[in-house]
Amino acid sequence: MIEQFSRPDSDLPQGPRFGEFGGRYIPEALVPACEEIEEAFGKAVLDEEFRAEYRRLLDEYVGRPSLLSEAARFSEHAGGARILLKREDLNHTGSHKINNALGQALLAKRQGKTRLIAETGAGQHGVATATAAALMGMECRIYMGAVDVERQALNVARMNLLGAEVTAVDAGSRTLKDAINETFRDWVASVESTHYVFGTVAGPHPFPVLVREFQRIIGLEARGQVIERTGGLPDAVVACVGGGSNAIGAFHAFIPDEGVRLVGCEAAGDGIETPRHAATLTKGSVGVLHGAKSYQLQDEDGQTQESHSISAGLDYSGVGPEHAWLHASGRGEYRPVTDAEAMDAFRLLCRTEGIIPAIESSHALAGALDLGRELGPEATILVCLSGRGDKDVTTAGRWFGYLDSEGETA
Amino acid sequence: MSTTTREDRGSAAALAACRSEGRSALIGYLPVGYPDVPGSVDAVRALVAGGADMVEIGMPYTDPGLDGPVIEAASVKALSGGVRVADVFTAVQAAADAGATPVVMSYWNLILQYGVDAYARDLAAAGGVGIVTPDLIPDEADEWIAASDAHDLDRIFLVAPSSSPDRISAVVEASRGFVYAASTMGVTGTRAEVGGKAAGLVADTRAAGARNVCVGLGVSTREHAAEVASYADGVIVGSAFVRALTEGGSAAVGRAAEQFAEGVRD
Repeated sequence: MIEQFSRPDSDLPQGPRFGEFGGRYIPEALVPACEEIEEAFGKAVLDEEFRAEYRRLLDEYVGRPSLLSEAARFSEHAGGARILLKREDLNHTGSHKINNALGQALLAKRQGKTRLIAETGAGQHGVATATAAALMGMECRIYMGAVDVERQALNVARMNLLGAEVTAVDAGSRTLKDAINETFRDWVASVESTHYVFGTVAGPHPFPVLVREFQRIIGLEARGQVIERTGGLPDAVVACVGGGSNAIGAFHAFIPDEGVRLVGCEAAGDGIETPRHAATLTKGSVGVLHGAKSYQLQDEDGQTQESHSISAGLDYSGVGPEHAWLHASGRGEYRPVTDAEAMDAFRLLCRTEGIIPAIESSHALAGALDLGRELGPEATILVCLSGRGDKDVTTAGRWFGYLDSEGETA
Repeated sequence: MSTTTREDRGSAAALAACRSEGRSALIGYLPVGYPDVPGSVDAVRALVAGGADMVEIGMPYTDPGLDGPVIEAASVKALSGGVRVADVFTAVQAAADAGATPVVMSYWNLILQYGVDAYARDLAAAGGVGIVTPDLIPDEADEWIAASDAHDLDRIFLVAPSSSPDRISAVVEASRGFVYAASTMGVTGTRAEVGGKAAGLVADTRAAGARNVCVGLGVSTREHAAEVASYADGVIVGSAFVRALTEGGSAAVGRAAEQFAEGVRD
């Protein structure tokens, strides 16, 4: 059995700081809650009972370990490089988000909390949190930007079916960053009964570490699977980066493997030469947003700039502090992928492999196509296929002209 | 807590002056740039003319996580009107010229991007005496502590009903001028009543060594102000003034200030 959680004597950063990034920039009112979560998690990972229960959920409920699929026909379009897909899309609820939501829900239950709240962008984290709440008999409210409620209607319906209340957030850009603001507002008033299931590796300490620890199973499993399949390590690990939870999950086990390139694909929207993108590490600057110091899209005054991506899950002006550290130290490489490049890769995977990927994950697929052409046919590239694309069928149908703007068959 | 006892200048001097009159101070919050920069400066003058002893100038921010709907809506309007961080100093100067003691309330990233030391320098030059930092806790404040020492500014950190004795001590230790006690677990906004834990929190904060403790969040009526004034050194009113400004312009802010000023004297 894989030992999921980082050893206490790990040389890698365990927060609150990742180099100069991270920290805890929050209202004093939330300090006790963050300290309690940090302490509870520290105890839980040493507790056999907690680890066994979490492991049981991953095995029997999520369906871990997730598969490693050979993408042979897709690889032909990537300069012949061998592309292996880590199939987080096959997890229960359809993405990697469930790994974290179940872990945090289990932790919250141990702390005596009765209610879960969460932000969501694409809705995958909202669905995962609603699922965990239903499974554990907890109340659940999900905050989602009004723009995202519209473009991810299927996931809103799923959350409702699972018994969660979904609040559409009409403030600001009406996307993920505003949903995070609203969830913090709920939490500051409800913290005694409520746990905030942060969905990505951003936010104040300990969330970047907490979420990473629940997601690092992706890379731990994949590392073993790739070695077993190919006899060696991959040349690169590629993942999409919004806040960055699937990417940290995929990368973390490989950080000590110096020969393995860690490549994060950011959403470049209409292109990084335009103002409509979400390429935080490529085009942003260092600041404090949502409780941590990291890179962000901001104007000269430090006002957050709105991001844009066809993918709701990557449409975020910030990024997790551990990615900022990997970027600044050069251990990670971050590349922009436009909407158009991602959608081309989306269609290519559908037609060559019979897999409909999430549009988020399609950014990683596009990055892998480019990287494969650069590295050539000898290379092995591990791609984190973080989610499935059922939720994106309407968006894709409009993009490719199968559906008109009302969602009817054209 | 070395410095919270400093009485000769800054917020502490303003609070001491009120204390010598046997009352608490009225601290009024308004965001710069709402409805526009000149309009906000007029409103600040009306606030002072109406009886505010101190003014807390808020800088609008795109992600005001500790603000409720009234202040967030004002922030959105101010930002869409093009308010800039440097406009804060204009409003601070106006408050100082009108005879009140000004402080700033700002989310940390705006100060960080301006440059912490430069911000402190320019604030002091405009007549400001300190900064309320809603999303900066003492643990992360080394740079601000250095800059506030260099420019002799007050560091106004917050305590909340959830704060443990250790946290209260840490906040008191790091603060200067006064400690901002959040009356309730929640965001800014008008409420039917002030949180029941506020008086106890003020007592705990004093017990940890704070000379001056002011209470904010949810103080919405003259009666609230009178109640809070019975145990706190200052009463901080925000959303009620912003709402008055929205509904009746500067004149309404002035009338509201008169009401609250009577409240702290009741």
